[in-house]
Amino acid sequence: MNSRLFPVTVLVLVTAFLIGPFFIIVAASLSGGETLAFPPQGLSLKWVAKVFEVESFRESFAMSMLLAIGGTATALTLGIPASYALSRYRLPFGETVRTVVALPIIVPGIIVGLALLRYLVVPFGFNITLALFLAHTALVLPYAVRVVSASLNNLRSDIEEAAVLLGSSRAGAFFRVVMPNIRSGILAAFILGFVTSFNQVPVSLFLSGPGVRTLPIDMLSYMEITYDPSVAALSALLAFMSIGIVFLAERFLGFSRYV
Amino acid sequence: MSDPAFLSLEKLTLAYGDTVAVKDLDLSIRKGELVAFLGPSGCGKTTTMRSIAGLLKPQSGRISLDGADITRVAANRRSVGLVFQSYALFPHLTVFENVAFGLRLKGLSGAELESRVGAGLKSVGLTSFADRKPAELSGGQQQRVALARSMVMEPKVLLLDEPLSNLDARLRLEMRTELQRVQRETGVTMIFVTHDQGEALSLADRIVVMLNGAIEQIGTPEEIYNRPASAFVADFVGFENIFAVENGKLRAGNGPIELPGPLPDSAAGLAWRPRMVTLGSGPFQGTVRGASFSGSTREYLLDTPLGALKAEVDAAVPAHAAGTTLAFDLPVEKAAKLERFN
Repeated sequence: MNSRLFPVTVLVLVTAFLIGPFFIIVAASLSGGETLAFPPQGLSLKWVAKVFEVESFRESFAMSMLLAIGGTATALTLGIPASYALSRYRLPFGETVRTVVALPIIVPGIIVGLALLRYLVVPFGFNITLALFLAHTALVLPYAVRVVSASLNNLRSDIEEAAVLLGSSRAGAFFRVVMPNIRSGILAAFILGFVTSFNQVPVSLFLSGPGVRTLPIDMLSYMEITYDPSVAALSALLAFMSIGIVFLAERFLGFSRYV
Repeated sequence: MSDPAFLSLEKLTLAYGDTVAVKDLDLSIRKGELVAFLGPSGCGKTTTMRSIAGLLKPQSGRISLDGADITRVAANRRSVGLVFQSYALFPHLTVFENVAFGLRLKGLSGAELESRVGAGLKSVGLTSFADRKPAELSGGQQQRVALARSMVMEPKVLLLDEPLSNLDARLRLEMRTELQRVQRETGVTMIFVTHDQGEALSLADRIVVMLNGAIEQIGTPEEIYNRPASAFVADFVGFENIFAVENGKLRAGNGPIELPGPLPDSAAGLAWRPRMVTLGSGPFQGTVRGASFSGSTREYLLDTPLGALKAEVDAAVPAHAAGTTLAFDLPVEKAAKLERFN
């Protein structure tokens, strides 16, 4: 009996378990039938084509993109200076701040969503889109701070002093010698933030209103009414998009170093 | 031409929070001098250097350079260069761009920039490395880039933080020669910080020995080496037998010891290098505890009425075994007379 058989079998099973749903979705999306089914009935690209025709998908996709890009950009705008302060200065509550910033990773999204809905949107009539935007920014912020901090900690701080002694201002030194050296960290944070925001369900679930939906929420409600393979087709497209982004990031940035 | 105080520090006090690192320091440095700040870690030498660069604001006191008060002048407008111990090269820029960094900020570009950077790289022998990134260079090469990067700015003062400590022995000699050459050719005033007395002695025109945030002694390498002013400096430059003088006698563990000759009145202490001790004759007796052979000489550790004593003799003299009792003398005329005993 080969002693490697057991662990290798487990490995194969785990891999199949992880990747299986993806193949099922892709196969189901190529179905020629009228309902979501596996194995697919016949082969066709008509459901893939239909994804692009559904009006609400287009709108919610735009909303998701806006939140993912805008929210991540905002999180980075706040997160880069915050990371800089955390890594360069001895702050009295530095460790506490680090923990608080990491909270959105630990606290279940459903609680964040409920809290925002109950205490921001309902009592103050807060604009739903704005609430969604804030929620996504907050969700992405921990990743931004963590990844950018890692880059900053790997960068010697005396290069800023060197730049100053060569005639640069403090701010100039930041943009001339710090930013270029943490650029790949920032890009990695952006990608991680984008994917996190785009795939976010629980928070968005509470903060969706009439006409304001993110793509994953729209897919849920679409399925409640229409049980055709177009949702599978959309899922497959999104999965390919995510895989593509992460593949490119790994290829050009060595993404896995940061996460 | 030679201003007696090109760079002067007056009553300079520097602190980190509540911890005073340097207190009431007065120092003046002439134009074109090569000065070493020598001392153990924590003595305030690096702190003083950083305040000259403008990276640390003094709590009180005055720094003036070339006739102008620069105490409140920002670090980026002082015309002071600094070669960091870690070199602090910009990792994302090529060697050329590292050297060009400050010149670009001054508004130089095109042919003028290229010729200035080219000359800078040529002076440190790195012309063919212009397109490399710092990570592709050896430590010695990185340091030369850092030197060129500071020197192309034509600073009034060039500061160097432990310039030789990260280099191996062979490169150390090379860099020492290089620094002396740069100093000779450009006439720039140079201050370097070191904890290594050999480095200070071999490189500097003048040495400022520091201890606990204050200057212990200022002098030429010869003065520091031969006439240390205090027990601390004596110990730092290799006087291993150091005794306080009290009422004309040497202070020792078992009571005062009288030397045969008269002691100089003013001395607070006397110090002898191991090789200044006469072994084999003299009024004192010591027992050999151990010996170490170092090629041309042999060093003995003796138990004596004065306490443990080190004596060095020519290795050609037949060795004395441990436990042997030997006569020895501490010749007063050879001793360094210490002004202060600390």
